[in-house]
Amino acid sequence: MSIVTVQLGQCGNQIGHEVFHCLCSDIHGTHGLCSSKENQSYQDACKERFFWEEESGVPVARAVLVDMEPKVISQTLSMAARSGCWKYSHQSHFCQKQGSGNNWANGYSVHGPRHKESIMDLVQKEAEKCDRLGGFVTIMSVAGGTGSGLGAFVTQCLRDAFPASFILNHVIWPYGTGEVIVQNYNCVLTLSHLYRSADALLVHENDVTHKICSQLMNIKHISFRDVNQVIAHELGSVFQPSHTAEGGPDYARNPLGDLMETLVPHPEFKMLGLRNIPHIPENSLPYSTFSWPGLIRHLRQMLIANAQMEEGIDWQVRPPPPGSCPPSSHSTKKPLHFNTSIANLVILRGKDVHSVDLGSFQDPSLYTSWLSPQDALNAWRTPRAFNKYEKSASLVSNSQFLLKPLDSVVGKAWNMFASKAYIHQYTRFGIEEEDFLDSFTTLEQVISSYTTL
Amino acid sequence: DLSLPFAVGQCGNQVGCRFWDLALREHAAVNKKGIYDEALSSFFRNVDTRSGGDGPGIYKGKICSLKARALLIDMEEGVVNEILQGPLRDVFDSKQLITDVSGSGNNWAVGHKLYGYQYQENIVEKLRKTAEHCDCLQCFFIIHSMGGGTGSGLGTFVLNLLEDEFPEVYRFVTSVYPSGEDDVITSPYNSVLAMKELNEHADCVLPVENESLFDIVNKINQMVNSGKLLSTVKQNSLVTSSAGSVKTLQEKPFDAMNNIVANLLLNLTSSARFEGSLNMDLNEISMNLVPFPRLHYLVSSLTPLYTLADVNVPSRRLDQMFSDAFSRDHQLIQADPKHSLYLACALLVRGNVQVSDLRRNIERLKPSLHFVSWNQEGWKTGLCSVPPVGHSHSLLSLANNTCVKPTFIELKERFMKLYKKKAHLHHYLQIDGMEQSCFSEAVSSLSDLIEEYNELDATKGGPRTDPSRLKIAV
Repeated sequence: MSIVTVQLGQCGNQIGHEVFHCLCSDIHGTHGLCSSKENQSYQDACKERFFWEEESGVPVARAVLVDMEPKVISQTLSMAARSGCWKYSHQSHFCQKQGSGNNWANGYSVHGPRHKESIMDLVQKEAEKCDRLGGFVTIMSVAGGTGSGLGAFVTQCLRDAFPASFILNHVIWPYGTGEVIVQNYNCVLTLSHLYRSADALLVHENDVTHKICSQLMNIKHISFRDVNQVIAHELGSVFQPSHTAEGGPDYARNPLGDLMETLVPHPEFKMLGLRNIPHIPENSLPYSTFSWPGLIRHLRQMLIANAQMEEGIDWQVRPPPPGSCPPSSHSTKKPLHFNTSIANLVILRGKDVHSVDLGSFQDPSLYTSWLSPQDALNAWRTPRAFNKYEKSASLVSNSQFLLKPLDSVVGKAWNMFASKAYIHQYTRFGIEEEDFLDSFTTLEQVISSYTTL
Repeated sequence: DLSLPFAVGQCGNQVGCRFWDLALREHAAVNKKGIYDEALSSFFRNVDTRSGGDGPGIYKGKICSLKARALLIDMEEGVVNEILQGPLRDVFDSKQLITDVSGSGNNWAVGHKLYGYQYQENIVEKLRKTAEHCDCLQCFFIIHSMGGGTGSGLGTFVLNLLEDEFPEVYRFVTSVYPSGEDDVITSPYNSVLAMKELNEHADCVLPVENESLFDIVNKINQMVNSGKLLSTVKQNSLVTSSAGSVKTLQEKPFDAMNNIVANLLLNLTSSARFEGSLNMDLNEISMNLVPFPRLHYLVSSLTPLYTLADVNVPSRRLDQMFSDAFSRDHQLIQADPKHSLYLACALLVRGNVQVSDLRRNIERLKPSLHFVSWNQEGWKTGLCSVPPVGHSHSLLSLANNTCVKPTFIELKERFMKLYKKKAHLHHYLQIDGMEQSCFSEAVSSLSDLIEEYNELDATKGGPRTDPSRLKIAV
């Protein structure tokens, strides 16, 4: 089954490019640590999922590029073409000239309806190229105007046009200390709208990725390119072909469906966090070895203690002893030490994956009581190593991972809303105070739901 | 992404001329192959001169003849004629000019009411024609001075026209405010009358004070001539320098000052013209920096003012650039943003600077700045890969800060000094359409604006009641 990616805005297009680049570079790499037959099978599965082939043999990304100004798409197209090993189709992009001005209302209420037909036309064409459509992944930031506003509108259109398809929004949260002053407003408006149309939201926070770059990757002058490459690696670790438990010898055919099925049992709970370990500077990779027990131990503690990366984990945090009441807090002001999960997906890639013991992740005290621990934890194990990492483990988690960041954004947005600052910029394009209130209400509901897990 | 500048009046046209010159130089430095690209098209049309200069635009391929997208308006011929005889003569054609001969006599009413009425149709027609050539108009720029008659009066008339004809397009105004010792006696009248128009019809105003420009020019001259520097200053990097000029002393008194303003506009539009990892368009500036419609006056600063010849730039020098951006010496109006209240701040960096450098400096400088309570992290940032000519990197900061208040208070005081004595009023009132109420309304508008800033300063923007969050029934 194939996935169609919709890249929205500057961030979406910059990251989308890095993702396809990472996928391609991974399948052509020689560090698969497996038989050439296995490698070939992996390559074929990846290609079918993310690319189609034209006569020249160069894989063409199954992607639609959307932006309201031309510079980024133009750069993205040419960088891909220059790589020589993949490219974007020249007919798969839509752009305008004037941008969205970081204005969610402009993206959603003006550009959305105005360009709906052209954009959905492109999506339809990409969808038709797939033998079997597995669903859509959109990549966007929540801070600006296009990715966020137009992205929310497009997601709605996708839902209307493809009611039975899976839709995953990959959203990027900006640095806490502003990239855009109205970013909290844009974030609140975006998340509340996406929640109504998408199956799940997978979140990357720039502050977290930045820390990974500086503390783990040893990058001195971190650029957006560095940040985007880490994000691409993490996404690749989730979306490259995997073997699921029931899948048997073949690579699983329906990655998005599998993801949703395992992680989103209830439509009120759609916020997915992602952790991937290890992160190593490229030139240290050949000299580093890790043990699976060590990696699993770290990953589990990162989950429990809500750590952002594999350094600085608080090892003191423990799940509550069995038989006690689940730790719930009705006040969001209390620090949430223990991170309760609804469901988790552990994706292992590389050497000796089948010998890895994941019993510690099935501990019932990690979870709410809705699913049995056997259902709450799913594992995908793939012997073919990913992106030069001899062993790589990812955790996609539906848990309280994002509760604090979400609460923080809503708090800041509310504070600004109380003073009515910038509201005139939104009403200018048709988003009224009531629309803001609706969005706040939706998100407070989500916060409340996750708090009382 | 297209912008359409209007240079109105003597000052406006002199600055405009510097702007076009520097823009051409900037694009030439980057565009080695002479291809007409997206960056150029934001400010220039590409025309085949064989069909008489006003031929259809050529959208791709080699540059034939570049014509600036602009309207030059002046009620005297001197400055515009000079432009048409100078090295930029091929960049403009006659259809972009609107001129008259006798000038506005430093009288806002003559510029606004008399010439406004007289030239309205002409301006609208030329405006529509010029706009036709633009694929997609994002904003209008007006460059003018506040103290005279044409720039101030006719300039604000044009502002009104733009709002009527193209209400959706953003209106940015760069206004040069007169200093206290301005030799035009009626400059306070002209400025305050113009201020009302700016309050009501501009989306964003970048005020510039001659005093500040003058101080910067002196500072640079001192640096260059003092011989204290061990390395030499790169001539073409001086924020005051003319393209290709080797002399440090400018021929005309205002050239150096005008260059600073031209550089302001260049930097403001750089991210819209050139690529970068975090683009910042003009409409984003308005969106992020104007939290309430009337508080749309932005204090700008440009750093560095010059570059030394050695190429290697250690981090310290980069950080110094950020520190300087907040120092009183680098502001283009007489203001000290550090000791006043920020509503919002934008930083547009050009050159080889990464997001980590930007963040490091924001973290470092934040503690010493006072931000309004509902916008504690109110930073808007942009990263453009292409630096200005002669520099490896540069920084433009735009602040919505209550430090503009003193400028407006002083302006009002100078106005009242004249108005109380009814000095020179008759020159204005004799123009059709001018009444005493124009004056009282104008000063009232200014007073209201000052009062809004006062209120912010008093409350630090803090909430009167604690905004408690919505409660959800569990």
